Amino acid sequence: MAELVVFGLILGSIIALGAIGLSLTYGILRFANFSHGDLMTLGAYTAFLVVSNLGASGGRIGPLSFGWPMVLAFFAAMAVAGAVAMAADRLVYQRLRRRRISPIMLAIASLGVAIMVRSVIYMAWGGDFRFYTDALRPAMLLPLGIRLRPDEVFVFGMAAGLVLLVYLFLERTRMGKALRATADNPDLARISGIDTERMILWVWAIGGGLAAMAGVLLGIESQLRPEMGWSFLLPLFAAVLLGGIGNPYGALVGGLTIGVAQQVSTYFLLPTYKPAVAFAILILVLLFRPRGIFGSRYGY
Amino acid sequence: MAIEGMLSFVVSFAVVATIYAIFSLGLNVHWGYTGLFNFGVAAFFSLGAYTAALVTLPKPTGVYAQYVDQIIGLNQPFLVGVIAAGVVAGLVALLIGLLTLRLREDYLAIATIGIAEAVRLVLDNEEWLANGANGLVGIRAPLGSLVAPAYYNYVYLAIAAAFLVAIYILLERGIRSPWGRVLRAVREDEAVAEASGKSVFRYKLQALVLGAAIMGIGGALYAHQVRVIAPSDFNPLFGTFIIWVMLIVGGSGNNRGAILGAFVVWGIWAGTEAVTGRILPAALESRAPFVRFFLIGLLLVLVLLLRPRGILGEEKQVSKLM
Amino acid sequence: MSLLAVDGVVVGYGAMDVLHNVSIEVNPGEIVSIIGPNGSGKSTLMKAIFGLLKPKQGAVLFNGDDITGLPPHKVVRRGLCYVPQAENVFLSLTVQENLEMGGFILNGGVRERAELVYGLFPDLKGAQHKRVGRLSGGQRQMVALGRSLMLEPRLLLLDEPSAGLSPIYVDSIFQRVLEINQSGVTILIVEQNARKALSISHRAYVLAAGENRHQGPAADLLANEEVRRAYLGG
Repeated sequence: MAELVVFGLILGSIIALGAIGLSLTYGILRFANFSHGDLMTLGAYTAFLVVSNLGASGGRIGPLSFGWPMVLAFFAAMAVAGAVAMAADRLVYQRLRRRRISPIMLAIASLGVAIMVRSVIYMAWGGDFRFYTDALRPAMLLPLGIRLRPDEVFVFGMAAGLVLLVYLFLERTRMGKALRATADNPDLARISGIDTERMILWVWAIGGGLAAMAGVLLGIESQLRPEMGWSFLLPLFAAVLLGGIGNPYGALVGGLTIGVAQQVSTYFLLPTYKPAVAFAILILVLLFRPRGIFGSRYGY
Repeated sequence: MAIEGMLSFVVSFAVVATIYAIFSLGLNVHWGYTGLFNFGVAAFFSLGAYTAALVTLPKPTGVYAQYVDQIIGLNQPFLVGVIAAGVVAGLVALLIGLLTLRLREDYLAIATIGIAEAVRLVLDNEEWLANGANGLVGIRAPLGSLVAPAYYNYVYLAIAAAFLVAIYILLERGIRSPWGRVLRAVREDEAVAEASGKSVFRYKLQALVLGAAIMGIGGALYAHQVRVIAPSDFNPLFGTFIIWVMLIVGGSGNNRGAILGAFVVWGIWAGTEAVTGRILPAALESRAPFVRFFLIGLLLVLVLLLRPRGILGEEKQVSKLM
Repeated sequence: MSLLAVDGVVVGYGAMDVLHNVSIEVNPGEIVSIIGPNGSGKSTLMKAIFGLLKPKQGAVLFNGDDITGLPPHKVVRRGLCYVPQAENVFLSLTVQENLEMGGFILNGGVRERAELVYGLFPDLKGAQHKRVGRLSGGQRQMVALGRSLMLEPRLLLLDEPSAGLSPIYVDSIFQRVLEINQSGVTILIVEQNARKALSISHRAYVLAAGENRHQGPAADLLANEEVRRAYLGG
């Protein structure tokens, strides 16, 4: 059971990374972005592109299964996903926003974007599973009988580090505060002279970047497949709603909670039901506490 | 011979398009007329298909029973299966609606995605229900003995078209009835509708159930057409997303638009299959479907940007009076 | 020359007009109130001045410049700040952060400005790092005012500053408004609490059904029988 919890925290940290970005975009842009999962997939496959072309020369960093090319791949993944997210905004969402369209139509549009992104990935790499490395990835034995691969410790550490960076950005920088303000009350932000369109670009860049890293970490942790991000959508939305839309710290806690809940559930249920666990939590939140555990400034 | 081949292709295409048109009509009741963002169409689709299968298939016996698990096998005729499909889908919609209809629209969207996923998971994993991931085979072809197998598609097209026409007429009548007008009012402005004394929730629930029953019937028709069904058939792309594209492209709030959209979008899908089959080099052929997915996604985005009302647009209000 | 001149504005939503040919004037150093019954278009007028709504006809002149229909983030840069009636603070941010957001477009000196604002609202200094969502209604209103002062506006638009406040806080808020005015800021208030508003104003306008009804020095309006009966409760 302890191993399940630990593993749940690791998976949960990946969910949290994705959920933080999704929560920010949901809170600031006021619509459910169904393409967020596919931004994760895009990040993972971009990293794959880099690593599979440079990988052999890179060697490995300590006990990890990858070398320095992967570090380069991180930046490439974030850049590509961030760019695609910003492009989607400028080409699609911004135009629809100008028409005062309802948030549901924006959500539908994001589904179209999701399909396009996923199709490109399918076109380029096909539907087979891919791995960043063919090397064996042995597990270490830790106290409490927990077996963890060094990669998994890295994943958790990396996610934690990124969350810390996001925290520092949101709390200590002028832009970060302006972002929080825009998420809190976009009209008041405009009244204060904040350029909300620029904030929106920032949100897409950050959201896309975090999603990309979540995707890469997921790829390191398990494998790559074109549906990897889409199948993460339910846990992502569950985490966002659990923590309160627009509340990045809520999303963090939500992500970890969903991760642990999903893993612990395998004690009682088949592992294939993990998404159903996320869904059950999601429904419970929507029915009984739609503002989330920590409250949300959006909607309800 | 070539003409026969073409004709056969067209008929196959028409059968599938007709079935999708039925789904589209069902979604039109949900979204076009009531403003319900149902993103779990696949759930009603699959429930309809599976119900029809379980009702019309016999219970596996003898050796067969070792390989196939079914909860029931009633061996009933085709029509009973179709009706059962509609009823089951409607009942499930009733349950879902009681739980979730009070949710805000984007929450409803997320919830329905989850519901469709949950249904798929259950069908996939609970093998005692309907044979799990292996699915069910040998679903009967209604009126199969009427013609030679080569011409059967014409018969099935007639059957499917009959259902489509019946549903269309039913909906057109319904929309012009007082009930239909309330529905329209609910979509326009819930607060106003509520204020005039109608129970908005009840109307939404009725619309949800009606639309779902229609989708269930579509599912039944699907099952009898393909004769082999498995949970993986009802994935979000072909079970839900493409139907949304059809409705938006054709014009939501418009029954003819729903039907037109189904034929247009399926036409694009089937048409591009024929084209890519010919022009793509063999190496890329396995990737061809994905180019077509991309086009569908692109089509949706372009329609939303350039012609959000769809080809036919929303029908003019029959009456502004409530 | 007046600081703010609103000349014959017609503002509406779609086919429905809310303001019909409304004109007002605010001179430097004044406190001017706009009073009138609910739905008379007072808030709409404020939004039209600040650029949140575009007038169909008429003009808004600030300091001689035509700012009609200019978007809010440009208006703010000219020295005109606005405190909305509702949702006028960032609830999930701290008091300090709210002030910082008020001074977002400043090129430095935010800390100093914040200190000046704390000087005006000493209670807020103690709650500096508290989330505004945790404060009382009266304190929040002070934060709202403080936020709007960060840019040292020449003209401050206040939309129903006493709305929803308990009587103690109402007096306190109006006292602060007076102090702000004394420090050199011209103020235009829209208020439901007509009596209180008139008591601190130099001049006032009465708006009813989207039209100018009465105007003049506050004292005159307070004494006016018709105004008293209709809008001041006799």
